[in-house]
Amino acid sequence: MSEDDERQQSPPSDLEFVSNKARNCNATGSGSGHPEFQSAYPDQVLENVLENVLHFLTSKRDRNAASLVCKSWYRVEALTRSELFIGNCYAVSPARATARFTRVRALQLKGKPRFADFNLMPPDWGAHFNPWALAMAKAYPWLEKVHLKRMTVTDDDLATLAELLLGFKELVLVCCDGFGTSGLAIFVNKCRQLKVLDLIESEVSDDETDWISCFPEGESQLESLIFDCVECHINFEALERLVANSPSLKKLRLNRYVSIGQLYRLMIRAPQLTHLGTGSFSPSEIAGQGDQEPDYVNAFAACKSLVCLSGFREIIPDYLPAIYPVCANLTSLNFSYANITAEQLKPIISKCHKLQVFWVLDSICDEGLQAVAATCKELRELRVFPVDPREDGDGPVSEVGLQAISEGCRKLQSILYFCQRMTNAAVIAMSKNCPDLVVFRLCIMGRHRADPVTGEPMDDGFGAIVMNCKKLTRLAVSGLLTDKAFDYIGQHGKLVRTLSVAFAGDSDMGLKYVLEGCPQLQKLEIRDSPFGDAALRSGLHHYYNMRFLWMSSCRLTPNGCQEIARAMPRLVVEVIRSADEEEMDDAVEILYMYRSLEGPRTDLPKFVTIL
Amino acid sequence: MANVLGNEHDLNFKETELCLGLPGGVGGGCGGGNEVDSSPKTTGKRGFSETVDLKLNLQAKETGMDLNKNLGNGSKEKPVSAKDPAKPPAKAQVVGWPPVRSYRKNVMASNKSIGEESEKASSAAFVKVSMDGAPYLRKVDLKMYKSYQELSDALAMMFSSFTMGNYGSQGMIDFMNESKLMDLLNSSDYVPSYEDKDGDWMLVGDVPWQMFVDSCKRLRIMKGSEAIGLAPRAMEKCKSRA
Repeated sequence: MSEDDERQQSPPSDLEFVSNKARNCNATGSGSGHPEFQSAYPDQVLENVLENVLHFLTSKRDRNAASLVCKSWYRVEALTRSELFIGNCYAVSPARATARFTRVRALQLKGKPRFADFNLMPPDWGAHFNPWALAMAKAYPWLEKVHLKRMTVTDDDLATLAELLLGFKELVLVCCDGFGTSGLAIFVNKCRQLKVLDLIESEVSDDETDWISCFPEGESQLESLIFDCVECHINFEALERLVANSPSLKKLRLNRYVSIGQLYRLMIRAPQLTHLGTGSFSPSEIAGQGDQEPDYVNAFAACKSLVCLSGFREIIPDYLPAIYPVCANLTSLNFSYANITAEQLKPIISKCHKLQVFWVLDSICDEGLQAVAATCKELRELRVFPVDPREDGDGPVSEVGLQAISEGCRKLQSILYFCQRMTNAAVIAMSKNCPDLVVFRLCIMGRHRADPVTGEPMDDGFGAIVMNCKKLTRLAVSGLLTDKAFDYIGQHGKLVRTLSVAFAGDSDMGLKYVLEGCPQLQKLEIRDSPFGDAALRSGLHHYYNMRFLWMSSCRLTPNGCQEIARAMPRLVVEVIRSADEEEMDDAVEILYMYRSLEGPRTDLPKFVTIL
Repeated sequence: MANVLGNEHDLNFKETELCLGLPGGVGGGCGGGNEVDSSPKTTGKRGFSETVDLKLNLQAKETGMDLNKNLGNGSKEKPVSAKDPAKPPAKAQVVGWPPVRSYRKNVMASNKSIGEESEKASSAAFVKVSMDGAPYLRKVDLKMYKSYQELSDALAMMFSSFTMGNYGSQGMIDFMNESKLMDLLNSSDYVPSYEDKDGDWMLVGDVPWQMFVDSCKRLRIMKGSEAIGLAPRAMEKCKSRA
């Protein structure tokens, strides 16, 4: 299950002034504060010690801090950093990254901004993995892991990784596109040491290549194979052989082309699984009426280590009781593609006492959520998705469900809740009942919808969240909101790093409150809100500390954006038009800006202008 | 942006959302300013287009600005929606709202169709769908849909940055009306074309639905201007069948 990485990427150290401490360093880089003291082995000893010590530093924030101490530490830290995280692939070029960090084993890259997932950005905007693939292949021949999010990866890139990186072990692609089954075929065939292939919510084109058969014969080291998003048939016999040959396989998530009968056959070969995605969870059409059905309950009972269950892509609820044996051990359950009712959910959820993560469709209604609240006392993360994602659809869940969850699941840390109606009272209740909340994302699907009971805006509800949830780092707001809501956020949301705003606010003041009040703000995405140039100006002091700012369908003008671009040379200010639109002189449709060491990128499509 | 019907931009919301590329079928639901509809058999409401994810920014921007104006006045009321009491109630959807990923939306859409049919068809009719400019192919099972409108909805969800021309009340493009057809093809909107059993590429909508399902081998969504080459043949075939 994907979740945006919440950890902060501090500014690249080139942007920071070398601190005063660093200036006092001995010119030879000994790091001591006493330039007159001459040590016998100044550099060598120190660097050896540093190297050994810094190997223990894993957190990237700690490493960034260490690299700022002085030039010597900077150098040694760069030598010892083995996991490289780049939150915005355009913030730094592959050349610069590989020049500074020479011994990287794992690379994590993020590309497009999140609002691109909702078709707000024209296709082919960028975030190509290709230049990185080529640079990595040259600079890091021993690279083992690549983790990409929202990037465009081609079949050739997959081939590059597989052919040039001999010890490559782990590929994770989240919300990526640009490749197909033929790329996968080459990749799995050439990657002889592959342990992890996780394709999560990515677009994989069907080139009609049987990629599963392309895994090498014989015993495999595969530990994780996730392909539930791949929308094409797979060769089941080949898959069965692969699973049989993978004794270390712990995570297996099948796509919807795997029937429940086929699932059975795989499960009995892999009872050691800890994470299972069940595929369609319905029989294929070929299964006749009179055929004896396998003992699904037994298959699940045999999986004693199963803790994470997902899939159910085309569920026939009659088969649900098969999972009873594993419920008591489950810590994570994803029913978000299963259109089931409260009645169908209850017998399952009542057994899931250890559940910590639960994703579900609103088809379970408030009643289903009440059942969750009654049993799942350990719940940390809840996501409720809409069966009918339309503004004026039916609303099976409401403030009643949210209230129930807040009362039953006191340890809740993260919530994403889609609904058609919500009251301030319920949100306030949650703010008080769940003080550990770190992520609060409420999506009232009707735009500008007020509290249906009081007729008031939703300001007080969100205000209570930022006031009472002292650990809150991520917030998404919705419903009818005035500037007051943003005033609350600016005053109390001191730890907020990610903020999503849509159809909210009255005036520039709203945005000003946030930009002036939230010192930890890293990612700000706004759409269809009345914020203009004046508001944009109020963030000048902070933009270098942010990963990005996205504003679409707001009230920005080219002049206003130009002003920002002039004032901040290390900021890339992109103005994006919708692909077919003529250039509009007086309005900026999409503003996407981010700090970067590289200046304007060279792979601009024609609908993007950099100011 | 080519705007086939009307060029006024201060018309009501409904006008804007509906008047993108259509050969006919100007419904009673539309306000004034429409071209005269000459062919009797293409009257009828444009029900389906109200639920299609429409072209990007023109609509979203208008929405944004209209609503902002209301809020700027300090009004706390829900802003005037596109609804006119006399018109059909369903609202067109704003692009990217609610913020559910296309992948999930597509899965839910196709699951709904599966769920509604208690028994699956004896054999599925999978055809590949490609769209010019889109980086990936999709596949649809034509047997999951009962009409051109349903197919159009599903395709619109999959490739939500395009619009399709309207289908008249009988669900077919009016091929007899050359000028309407030419307007559609001259617009910058996308039209679906398909390869039939004979290997010819035809405009979708020229034959009754069931006949289409039986003869369609592949779908391709192309820009109207590129589909112009198809029209004469399509019309000939149509005329020869009539």
